[in-house]
Amino acid sequence: MKYLQEYRNGDCIRTVAAELEKTSSRPWTLMEICGGQTHAIAKYGLQQLLPPGIQLVHGPGCPVCVTPQEIIDGAITIAAMPDVIFCSYGDMLRVPGSVSDLLQVKAGGGDIRIIYSPLQALHLAEQNPNKQVVFLAIGFETTATANALTLSLAKQKSLHNFSALISQFLVAPAIRSICARKDCQIQGFLAAGHVCAITGYEQYHQLAENYHIPIVITGFEPLDIIEGVLRCIRQLEGGHYRVENQYQRAVTQAGNRTAQSLLKTVFKISAQHWRGIGEIPTSGLILKEEYASFDAARRFNLPTSNRADNRGCLSGEILLGLKKPCDCPHFAQKCHPQQPLGAPMVSSEGACAAYYHYRDQVSVNGSALPNSPNR
Amino acid sequence: MDLHCPILPTDNDTVRLGHGSGGAMTQRLLTDYIQPLFNNTWISQAHDSATLPWNTDRLVFTTDSFVVTPLFFPGGNIGELAVYGTVNDLAMAGAEPKFLSCGLILEEGLPMVTLKRVLQSMAKAAQSTGVMLVTGDTKVVERGKGDGIYINTSGVGQQISQWPIEPGRICRGDVILLSGDIGRHGIAVMASREGLEFESNLTSDCAPLNRAVAELIQAGVEIHCLRDLTRGGLATALVELAESCGKTFSLDESRIPVSEAVEGACEILGLDPLYVANEGRFVAFVPESSSKLATSILRGTVAGSLCEIIGRVGDGDHPQVALKNSLGCDRLLQRLPGEQLPRIC
Repeated sequence: MKYLQEYRNGDCIRTVAAELEKTSSRPWTLMEICGGQTHAIAKYGLQQLLPPGIQLVHGPGCPVCVTPQEIIDGAITIAAMPDVIFCSYGDMLRVPGSVSDLLQVKAGGGDIRIIYSPLQALHLAEQNPNKQVVFLAIGFETTATANALTLSLAKQKSLHNFSALISQFLVAPAIRSICARKDCQIQGFLAAGHVCAITGYEQYHQLAENYHIPIVITGFEPLDIIEGVLRCIRQLEGGHYRVENQYQRAVTQAGNRTAQSLLKTVFKISAQHWRGIGEIPTSGLILKEEYASFDAARRFNLPTSNRADNRGCLSGEILLGLKKPCDCPHFAQKCHPQQPLGAPMVSSEGACAAYYHYRDQVSVNGSALPNSPNR
Repeated sequence: MDLHCPILPTDNDTVRLGHGSGGAMTQRLLTDYIQPLFNNTWISQAHDSATLPWNTDRLVFTTDSFVVTPLFFPGGNIGELAVYGTVNDLAMAGAEPKFLSCGLILEEGLPMVTLKRVLQSMAKAAQSTGVMLVTGDTKVVERGKGDGIYINTSGVGQQISQWPIEPGRICRGDVILLSGDIGRHGIAVMASREGLEFESNLTSDCAPLNRAVAELIQAGVEIHCLRDLTRGGLATALVELAESCGKTFSLDESRIPVSEAVEGACEILGLDPLYVANEGRFVAFVPESSSKLATSILRGTVAGSLCEIIGRVGDGDHPQVALKNSLGCDRLLQRLPGEQLPRIC
């Protein structure tokens, strides 16, 4: 398939991997920010192609993983109400709240619809004027743009039976927060290409400068990721720290101005609670006052208390790269994809789920695979 | 740190959609609820059909239920599925399908014209596969308590292969054949159900497999095992078989045919084609010595025209399926925990 197979070409990828082997003289720890990148690394087994000293730490860019438990609890409360059609992306349905998940509400009779675009929720609101249609609007700048468009259309159409439960995250403040930690072990970042397609990367120059850390805007195909790693390692080996754009086919320095303007019309910046990590200043988006009537938390009077996340899940330390999933005593024991203790075990983009699927991996000839995560 | 499990054990108190996914939840439903109560030699074979002693012949018996929304989808409908599904299960045990029963559960208010179209499709499908529908039953449930039509079909057939065809006969060195491209049924139904508009006219692969299997048997191919790929897709079928026979399968991802339309749809939806449902595809395990003959026969059939050798049974004794990608990296295939859910990004 055009624009896909070129970036999955084994010969090209092995050439870059060989270059990486030559370039790397010592161990380095990099973090890929986006869950989509984590998924690709696991799916294509890219860790197997890296020199042994290069560690990839899976960052906090998985929306399923960082959505606060209280949002999931709020979603469960609303979805169980009569005369509500609750719309969500598929993989949010299995994320555990404090006592249940949306799949269980669905099994109990809640009208929950898996949708692929927020505009589908808008159409459902138009088709069902006697129902309240609620969309679970989670994710980063990428989903926020489509959600902003949907909310602005809802306002234009005066769709009073439509609302959104909002939990939107901003990536750059999270990177800053990771860099600012005294125990930060990350030496370079692969920034999330699709987020940068919206935001551009002007704001990253200051981060690279302040924290002396290379940041490479990276795509999602295996060739993108291995090239992002190579560019990062080249900088580290040369003692440089600047922003590079590996994902030039999608990302410009300025980003998508139309999308940015849409975001500013609908949302304002706010502090945000990240599941497992805690509150990060200026890392979230909430609705502006003129859109507040579309806020499902307000419409359904959800409690605003910040309940603590589940104890027992080390997701925060895992998302910050301080621990590996296999460091958790519950990993693959009490916590597995069928009964996740925390969100990183739910989504296929989650670090724990990715590790779970590779646990005890044994190659066909019976020996352990190189870089198998729990070895 | 005080570590405890804060999550209720959620998947046992009510039936969830994941219990019908063919993945790990389905497996637990079988092992925890069904097999302990109905334990016998034949059910514990865990195959698509049970092969029973019957005078001097061997009788093959199976059953399957069909629930699909929408009832009509590009490339097929629930009636065709109900006939082909059971015919295919019989074929997978090396049997010639003979007789079917049909249980219809109809929802009050279903237009008779819809029922007629489904029944006509069933009749046509039965005729084309050489099977007779000889008994049946109809029940009607109140409006809102069904989904238009549910169909159960049971089938009996006569084993035509000289040897049993079952997971226990899979041997080291066996070649794994896949009869065609994967994922078309699941994507066609999902696109039709969700109103997703793709540029291509993707149709379900819904098709009978008994002719292709009969040709292999008649040509003297020593088939060790067959499995049709339904819900859960190629990956789930192979993981089940690897666990049944306790052997390691190694697959070459580049040899697994996936149409561009399915690949594109899966990219957009965040699905893995290896786990997407099929209704007219199967895998065959044959000795290396028969693989050329089997491939050429299958490629001459309608159902197997895109047949490929996708892997082999390795020397390892770990029950696992390792997929080697074009980068030379291995990925272990797993059962899905429940349904495959589209990813957010």
